[in-house]
Amino acid sequence: MNRGNMRISASAPGAAEETTLKMTARDVRVFYGEFEAIKGVSIDVSKENVTAFIGPSGCGKSTFLRCLNRMNDTVAGARVQGRIELDGHDIYDPAMDVVQLRARVGMVFQKPNPFPKSIYENVAYGPRIHGLAAKKADMDVIVEKSLRRAGLWDEVKDRLADSGTALSGGQQQRLCIARAIAVNPEVILMDEPASALDPIATAKIEELIDDLRGRYAIVIVTHNMQQAARVSQKTAFFHLGTLVEYGDTREIFTNPKETRTKDYITGRYG
Amino acid sequence: MAATIEPTSWSSPEMQARIRRRYRSERLFHGLGLASLALAAGFLVFLLTSVILSGWPSFVQTQVQVPVTIDAARLGLTAEEARANPALISRGNFQGVVQDSVDKALGHDVQVVSDGAWLKLREDVRNDPALIGTTQTMWLIAASNIDQLAKGHIDLNAAEGNRPVNDLEIGAWKQLVADGKLRKVFNMSFLTGADSVDPELAGIWGALKGSFMTLVVTLLISFPIGVLAAIYLEEFAAKNRWTDVIEVSINNLAAVPSIIFGLLGLAVFLNTMNMPRSAPVVGGLTLALMTLPVIVIASRAAIKAVPPSIRDAALGIGASRVQVVFHHVLPLALPGMLTGTILGMARALGETAPLLMIGMRAFLTSVPQGLTQPATVLPVQIFIWSDNVSRGFVEKTSGAIIVLMAFLLTINSLAIYLRNRFEVRW
Repeated sequence: MNRGNMRISASAPGAAEETTLKMTARDVRVFYGEFEAIKGVSIDVSKENVTAFIGPSGCGKSTFLRCLNRMNDTVAGARVQGRIELDGHDIYDPAMDVVQLRARVGMVFQKPNPFPKSIYENVAYGPRIHGLAAKKADMDVIVEKSLRRAGLWDEVKDRLADSGTALSGGQQQRLCIARAIAVNPEVILMDEPASALDPIATAKIEELIDDLRGRYAIVIVTHNMQQAARVSQKTAFFHLGTLVEYGDTREIFTNPKETRTKDYITGRYG
Repeated sequence: MAATIEPTSWSSPEMQARIRRRYRSERLFHGLGLASLALAAGFLVFLLTSVILSGWPSFVQTQVQVPVTIDAARLGLTAEEARANPALISRGNFQGVVQDSVDKALGHDVQVVSDGAWLKLREDVRNDPALIGTTQTMWLIAASNIDQLAKGHIDLNAAEGNRPVNDLEIGAWKQLVADGKLRKVFNMSFLTGADSVDPELAGIWGALKGSFMTLVVTLLISFPIGVLAAIYLEEFAAKNRWTDVIEVSINNLAAVPSIIFGLLGLAVFLNTMNMPRSAPVVGGLTLALMTLPVIVIASRAAIKAVPPSIRDAALGIGASRVQVVFHHVLPLALPGMLTGTILGMARALGETAPLLMIGMRAFLTSVPQGLTQPATVLPVQIFIWSDNVSRGFVEKTSGAIIVLMAFLLTINSLAIYLRNRFEVRW
């Protein structure tokens, strides 16, 4: 069965008319030793939408996000059960190459983490290890295109040799997005990408996410509900390791079905 | 009902006293820190002054002016023969030629010229065989006692039986000074020669080269193995009981007395593997065993200090674990690893005990030419010389310490330079 071609229709206004399934999760459970951090989450991520994961601290939204590109593999004692598919292929299948998976499912982290190398090298590193550019000229094209898409080109084009760590926090985060884009991923996972930034830098990141929508399937974890409302078309509300409610963003924020969701978005807790 | 809390009175006498006490303890701490620094600096200055004062004469050589008649018959070699076959020069009786000339010029009651002075003549003849048959005015190395007298190391007021030189030698020295036949020059042979029974001929180059070769072997073995072990333990090995045992063992090994490593080297490299005795390669291997734990511990600390976010970043764009380590973790950890390696190498350079166990305390009058030839090292040379009764070796001991410290300073500076270079790049 190839879910990648399966079409579902979105009913809510604001969401894309027709969406294509990119990733699906079925009954995913994550254990840290004895502790069950994720308790059976099933979710579909479509190619055209920005999907937001919201929920109070410790609800498991970041943990679940890190399952989608198997970053949890590096955590000692973490165990993942259930089935997660990318274009219909089980990503936890032993035949799945995790290195290739992470190139296809890129990630942007909470704290900007550019390599302590030049801006150019930061972007060029991914394409280089995957052998995406044969010549220096090709690499230059990839670097420029990635920085342009990340909205950083005009700010850094004259100082590509400067260290990536010398940029401001917001610029660093856009550099990290450019770095993720450079390997041509299909999905970009963002783990609270703006939580360490000031409001202006945050606005730029949100604008950028909107620009990138459609080209990449984007999943964003945020604890800022306004942000989720602004940038996403689909929202999933997590609480204590369970997926409480998942649906169109407008629906979730205006007419939540669950009391817990309603309490959270009206600021009762969280 | 909560008790009312008085507003804090910042100007009350109790508060003032508290503030005064606080400042007093800060001043006390400041003073203690300064005092301990001053004490350390004082010891350092004392050490350096005493070593340099007693060591500098070893860089000065006393020479005696002697007209040397290079008689072909006494030498057993003519200029033509020497020119035709330079190999014959090694067989010439230069010792006899010099002895005759010295006896003729200065008498033979007192040994004025060093036993090794003829080596200079042989060198000159090798460079120019035409010298055979002529008389040359040469500056020959003075004998140790004359050297010591010239440097003022002998108390002339002591009774003859209580000083290492007799009255005849003092008379000969005074005569030489009066005739202007004594000079002091920079002692090149101390820096280029190997050990000798005669202090005026003994040089440090043999031990310096031995130390250098030994350290090269140590570095080549212990740095890559230590760094790879640290990388494996930190980045790849599962955290379980076995890695705990290994970690404890490494920490214990770092504290094992060095002589134990000497015994290990003796048992493994010499007795089991039949490697050459006294050789720098064995010394280097033995010191590598000793240095490894230090490098592993320092490297692990350096790897731990690399922020995990860098690993996440690289993993997140699809780098494999080996790529993460070699492209990102290792370059960032390298300065710290180098610091640990410097410490380990400095300790290895100053190490004596394990090298005694594998026979690197041999008395060697030639400079080692290879890794498998017998050699000694600087600290062992210092140990051997400090044991010698001859007055001339006192200054040699301090001279060797100066060379050891200069060597240490050089490799440390080099390592610090390298470390800073890597730090700037990243």
